[in-house]
Amino acid sequence: MKKLRYASRESGAPFSFTAEENRDIDALLGKYPTKQAALLPVLWIVQGRVGWVPREAVDAVAERLGLTSAFVDGVLTFYTMYNLDPVGKYDLQFCTSISCHLNGADELLAHCEKKLGVHAGETTADGKFTITEVECIAGCDRAPSMQVNDRYHEPMTPEKLDALLADLAKGA
Amino acid sequence: MAYEKVLLARVGKESSRAIDGYVRDGGYQAWEKVLREKPEPASISETVKKSGLRGRGGAGFPTGVKWTFIPKDTRGKPIYLVLNADESEPGTFKDRLLIENDPHLVLEGMMISAYAIGCRRAYIYIRGEFWDGARILSEAIREAYGKGYLGENVKGSGIALDIVVHRGAGAYICGEETALLESLEGKRGQPRVKPPFPAVSGAFACPTIVNNVETIACVPLIMNRGPEWFAGIGRNEKNTGPKLYCLSGHVNRPGVYEAPMGLPLEDLIFGDDYGRGMRGGRKVKAVIPGGASAPMLTAAEIQDCPLDFDGVAAKGSMLGSAAIVVMNEDTCIVRAAKNLAKFFAHESCGQCTPCREGCPWLLKVLTRIEAGEGRPEDVELLLPMARQMNNGMTLCVFADAAVGHVVSTVPKFREEYDFHVAHKRCMVGAREEAIA
Repeated sequence: MKKLRYASRESGAPFSFTAEENRDIDALLGKYPTKQAALLPVLWIVQGRVGWVPREAVDAVAERLGLTSAFVDGVLTFYTMYNLDPVGKYDLQFCTSISCHLNGADELLAHCEKKLGVHAGETTADGKFTITEVECIAGCDRAPSMQVNDRYHEPMTPEKLDALLADLAKGA
Repeated sequence: MAYEKVLLARVGKESSRAIDGYVRDGGYQAWEKVLREKPEPASISETVKKSGLRGRGGAGFPTGVKWTFIPKDTRGKPIYLVLNADESEPGTFKDRLLIENDPHLVLEGMMISAYAIGCRRAYIYIRGEFWDGARILSEAIREAYGKGYLGENVKGSGIALDIVVHRGAGAYICGEETALLESLEGKRGQPRVKPPFPAVSGAFACPTIVNNVETIACVPLIMNRGPEWFAGIGRNEKNTGPKLYCLSGHVNRPGVYEAPMGLPLEDLIFGDDYGRGMRGGRKVKAVIPGGASAPMLTAAEIQDCPLDFDGVAAKGSMLGSAAIVVMNEDTCIVRAAKNLAKFFAHESCGQCTPCREGCPWLLKVLTRIEAGEGRPEDVELLLPMARQMNNGMTLCVFADAAVGHVVSTVPKFREEYDFHVAHKRCMVGAREEAIA
C-alpha cells in the first residue's frame, strides 16, 4: 500500500545553502522564466547533500525561491523520490511492477527483506541499507530490475543479490 | 527484403553517444541543412504531416498536426518545446534505450522540431529514475554547444536555441502532458483542465508542444529520407513509419525491437528476429499489448493482430506505448490484475475523487479475491466500480487506464476470479497441485 507522505519533518540541525550551492541555484534560475520552476532541481540539490529533505531545508528553499514552506512541502511530498526521512547508505530499490512481477520480483524483494531483517520502507540498524519498493523503472526486458542509489542492477536473481549485498556491506 | 533499422541503427555501436561518432554517421546533416536553407517553419510541419508520423508516447496523435496548433500570433509570448522523457508506463523501456545509446539523434530531432514551431528554449523533462539518461543527455547537450549546434547564434544562422534538462522526481502521472508541464513549473504533477491545450497555453502559460522521445527521434530521419519514405513503411497510410516495440514477460528473448509499424503481434512473440517464443515452451495465456493501461488480450485474440494504432484498437485494446507484456499459462490472472491495481493505486495523483478513491478500492477488492478471502459478490463489484471510474468524470485518462485490466480480465478470465472466491485458492496453483 501507498505510504502516506504528509509533510517534511525536522532534523534538529539548521540548514543553509553553501556558496557553491547558491551559485548552482543562480545558474538554475537563469534557465526558467519563473523562480518557482527551479523548485524540483533545488530540492535535488538539498537531497544530494543531506540524503533527504528535512523541514529546515524546506524553509530555506521556500525563502530562496519566494514560495511558502507549505507550498514546498506540498510539492516535496508529491514526488516519491524525495526522501522524507534519512535513508541508508545504499537505497535498494526493487521494481515490482508487472514485467518484474512476472519474473520473480516479489520473491526477490521478500528474499532481501528476510536477508536484511527489515521490510520495504525501512533501514537496517547500522544505517547501511534501506529497502524501497518502487514502480516500473523501465528495466522490463531485464527483469527483475532494481536500482541501488542511482545505478541499475539487472537482471537480478537472489544469488546475484546476495553477492551484491556482500560487496556493499564490505563498502565496495 | 530485410528491414533496415533506422531508429536503433546506432545502438550497440562503439561510442554511439559521442557527438563525433554521430556526425561521422551522418548525424546533424538535417539540422545543418535547415540552418543553411532556413525553410519556412510551416514547411517542416507539412513534411512531418505528410510522413504520417503519429505520437509514440501512447496517444498516437499526428505530430505535424499537433505542431500547427501553435497560434500564428503568440502576442509576444515565447513558444516552448518540451521533450517527454518521463517513460514510466509499466512494460515500456524504448526511450531509455534511445537516450542512453543515441542521445544526439534525440537532440537533433528536438532542434529541428524547435525550429518548426519557433521555439528558442526547449526543455527535456526526464523521469528522476533515469540518472544515467540525464547525465548522458547533459553531456550530449554540452557537446552540441561546443560544436555550435546549440547557442545564441547556431552555426552563424542567427537562430538561437537552448536545451535544458529538467529531472522529475518520481511520479508516473507526469507522463501526462499537462501534469508534466505543472511539474516543469515546480508544482505537484497534477493534470490540468483542458482546454486550453498546451499548444495554446502550456508551459508558463505560453504555447507549448510536448513530444515523446521516440517521436522526436523520427524527425531527423524524415528530414533526411523524406516523408514518402517514412509513409511507405507500415501497414497503411494511418499507421506509418518504423516503430520500437518493448517486449517483456515470459518470452525467450525480451527486448526492444524495431520493425515496421504493424508488425504482427505473433511475429513479435515468436519470430526468430524477435522474442523467439515462450520460455520453457509454455503456452500464451494473456498479452498486454500497450503497457499497463491497455486492456489484456487472450491467446486467441493475439492472432491476426497488427501492432499499430488501429490494429490493436480493433481488438478492443490499444497500442499505447507499444509495451507488449506476455504472460504464460502458469500466470494467475487475478494476481496479475492485483499487481496492476497496485501500480495505479500508488500512482493516482489524488486530484479527482473517482480515481483517488477508486484505485485503492479496486486494489482492496482484488487483494481480497486473490488472497482467497473474496466474498461471492466481490467479482460482480469490479465492473460497476470500473464504470464509475472511466465514465469521463476525471480530468485525465489515468482512471480509464487504471481499469483497463479490470474491464478486460473480468469478462475474459471470469472463471479464474470465480475459482478464487469459490475455492479460496488460485485456479492455476490448484491445477499444478493436481498434476503433481
